[in-house]
Amino acid sequence: MAITKFFNEMTADDGSVRAHYAGYAAWLSETPADRIARKRAEADSLFHRYGITFAVYGEESGTERLIPFDIIPRIIPAKEWKDLEAGLRQRVKALNSFIHDIYHDQEILKAGHIPAEQVLNNAQYRPEMQGVNVPCDIYAAIAGVDVVRAGAGEFYVLEDNLRVPSGVSYMLEDRRMMMRLFPELFARHRVAPVEHYPDMLLHTLRSLAPVGVTDPTVVVLTPGAYNSAYFEHAFLAQQMGVELVEGQDLFVSDDQVFMRTTQGPRRVDVIYRRVDDDFLDPKYFRKDSMLGVPGLLDAYRAGRVTVSNAIGTGVADDKSIYPYVPEMIRFYLGEEPILNNVPTYMCRKPEDLAYTLAHLPELVVKEVHGAGGYGMLVGPASTKEQIETFRKYLIANPEKYIAQPTLALSNCPTFVESGVAPRHLDLRPFVLSGTEVQMVPGGLTRVALREGSLVVNSSQGGGTKDTWVLEA
Amino acid sequence: MLSRTADHLFWMARYMERAENTARILDVTYRLSLLPQNGEEVEAMWSGMLKIMELQDAYLAKHRAYSTDAVLQFMIFDRDNPGSIYRCLRATRENAHAVRGTLTSELWETSNETWLKMRDFTVAKLLESGPGAFFEWVKYRSHLSRGVTIGTMLQDEALRFIRLGTFLERADNTARILEVKYLNLLPGADEEQAHATDYYQWSALLQSVSAFEVYRKVYRDQITPLRVAELLVLRADMPRSLARSMKEVYSNLTRVSNARSAETERLAGELESHLRFGRIDSIFEGGFRKYLEDFRDRIFDLGCRISDDFLIPTSS
Repeated sequence: MAITKFFNEMTADDGSVRAHYAGYAAWLSETPADRIARKRAEADSLFHRYGITFAVYGEESGTERLIPFDIIPRIIPAKEWKDLEAGLRQRVKALNSFIHDIYHDQEILKAGHIPAEQVLNNAQYRPEMQGVNVPCDIYAAIAGVDVVRAGAGEFYVLEDNLRVPSGVSYMLEDRRMMMRLFPELFARHRVAPVEHYPDMLLHTLRSLAPVGVTDPTVVVLTPGAYNSAYFEHAFLAQQMGVELVEGQDLFVSDDQVFMRTTQGPRRVDVIYRRVDDDFLDPKYFRKDSMLGVPGLLDAYRAGRVTVSNAIGTGVADDKSIYPYVPEMIRFYLGEEPILNNVPTYMCRKPEDLAYTLAHLPELVVKEVHGAGGYGMLVGPASTKEQIETFRKYLIANPEKYIAQPTLALSNCPTFVESGVAPRHLDLRPFVLSGTEVQMVPGGLTRVALREGSLVVNSSQGGGTKDTWVLEA
Repeated sequence: MLSRTADHLFWMARYMERAENTARILDVTYRLSLLPQNGEEVEAMWSGMLKIMELQDAYLAKHRAYSTDAVLQFMIFDRDNPGSIYRCLRATRENAHAVRGTLTSELWETSNETWLKMRDFTVAKLLESGPGAFFEWVKYRSHLSRGVTIGTMLQDEALRFIRLGTFLERADNTARILEVKYLNLLPGADEEQAHATDYYQWSALLQSVSAFEVYRKVYRDQITPLRVAELLVLRADMPRSLARSMKEVYSNLTRVSNARSAETERLAGELESHLRFGRIDSIFEGGFRKYLEDFRDRIFDLGCRISDDFLIPTSS
């Protein structure tokens, strides 16, 4: 094992409780175990009743799973959050500039900072968007950036999710649950509120309405009730007070998008879409898509409707583009990056491939286009056979993979079957970009519930925690 | 409101109402099956009920004979039977799930919880507590769902489509409940006298539509078939009567009115006024069973028209 030391969010190396956890630790030790057990059971039954669920439906409905919720919060002190927030804002600004540049003058390519073929041959690059102007030059209006903390307590950005990032509903529901179960904790801590996120999102979406539209009609576009994130789509539509539509509810006429209502067609101005690019418009993308709206791209290119996030943002959050983000920050903003990037070996480069193959047991190998924790190898946690299998994949298709050193993800005490034990976690804060860049103080903390596991994805058995940013 | 949303709301309400009335029909038939009689009569009773619910063929595809246990299993738990309470509650929940953002959280949670409970029900549990307790539970969940709807939903289009679904379904179902009882009678004037003395049958019917006390209060007299029919067909102050149901259908329909719905509103108004101004003896003169069948045909037609006018998306 290459990794020996992890950063514990609650306790310092000498075993003392960190200052920002002192109040919580005291509460935890003075609260009787049976009360905690009762509250944990109550949380489970409430999540079930509310139907706060995720994951696939089989043939039988009502088989959706709960994401395990842990009652020990992840606490972030004010100062740390301030730096993190500045770094995230900087990063998302640069990424939006990059996407705009790629679909216009491509100056960063001309300047030679990123190899042009890396961008233009990328499956996520959409030539249909070349030269199209979007409101406020904002492409990724909603970004969910994955951040982890490594051994010495420093933050790394793991992924910039700029397509249809999900999880914000769990951030909000986890907070609601904590406040319901343990109101006394909130009386004892100054926890920054996050409940205004839907309001902020609506404001952001409205600010991106097509030019000339003063009172825009906003809708949330979902693939439907069988999508794994359907709960979130319905939740956000309801919280914003806008319609939740499916592709079949919309149609395009004269480059204008309408929804079918009981009182006839009604114009739609801003679409917060939770459908991937490929399925958005069968006229231009996947022909077999039943989830999209034929002609939507025409209306979008004509500037008659705003699609958020924009079509083609995937070109910037691809794992093969990720290594260049610090360069983007320098190029577009003339600033030094505040947050660290994880060193990345791009296996399409022979020297990187050679390094990767020589160090497989200590690296994490990921598919360039993979997501959700599938198709990856965590070297230190893998068997010899798994490593050898991946070696074959890598040699066969090196361009499909990147490799990174295995980060010593920080851990936090978590309720597990055997009691309370440290488990690894990450953090997904959400960055909203419209006429201004906005964030709520917090994010979704995901926790790997299996002992030693570094994979926090809910599809891989991960859970969530409430995330507290303390006010100064 | 989105046509698709209205469609889900309408069917969510219809399936909940259908689950309730299926429980009511099963309850009354089950109680009647316990009265002293021979086995053939009990079989005829169940086959008649299934016929009126248009589920006889589906039943016979699975079972050879009509036994109380088999029919109850088929009508409560059978996942292949679209009319089973299991399927109705599942459809209620699926429709609610598709528009959960339009519902208040309380309403969504009510529907979700009902389904989660139904899913956990088993034949063993049913036998342990008796079918009566289960039917009570279904009725109770339906009452709760309706109460939460009225108590928490904004009085806008969404509520109108829910109410429209509830009452259109109830109109159909109450007619069916009456038909089950009148099944074995011949059409004609003598219907009035037939089985007039069978107090238990009539009281079971009244109880199945929560009308036993109401009957006593309204008529202060012994139970006769003619009065039972009058109460459940023509009395607009009786919540489950055809007259009440149609009054609600008509008033909710006129409030969601659009550019295409004039003829549908007229037909609903016509049916409603027949009930408002009708007399029970003239209805019996033409044959009560035929009257009920015609009524259900017109309800079916109204359902198709509402779908065409409001619910099924059409371009531009």
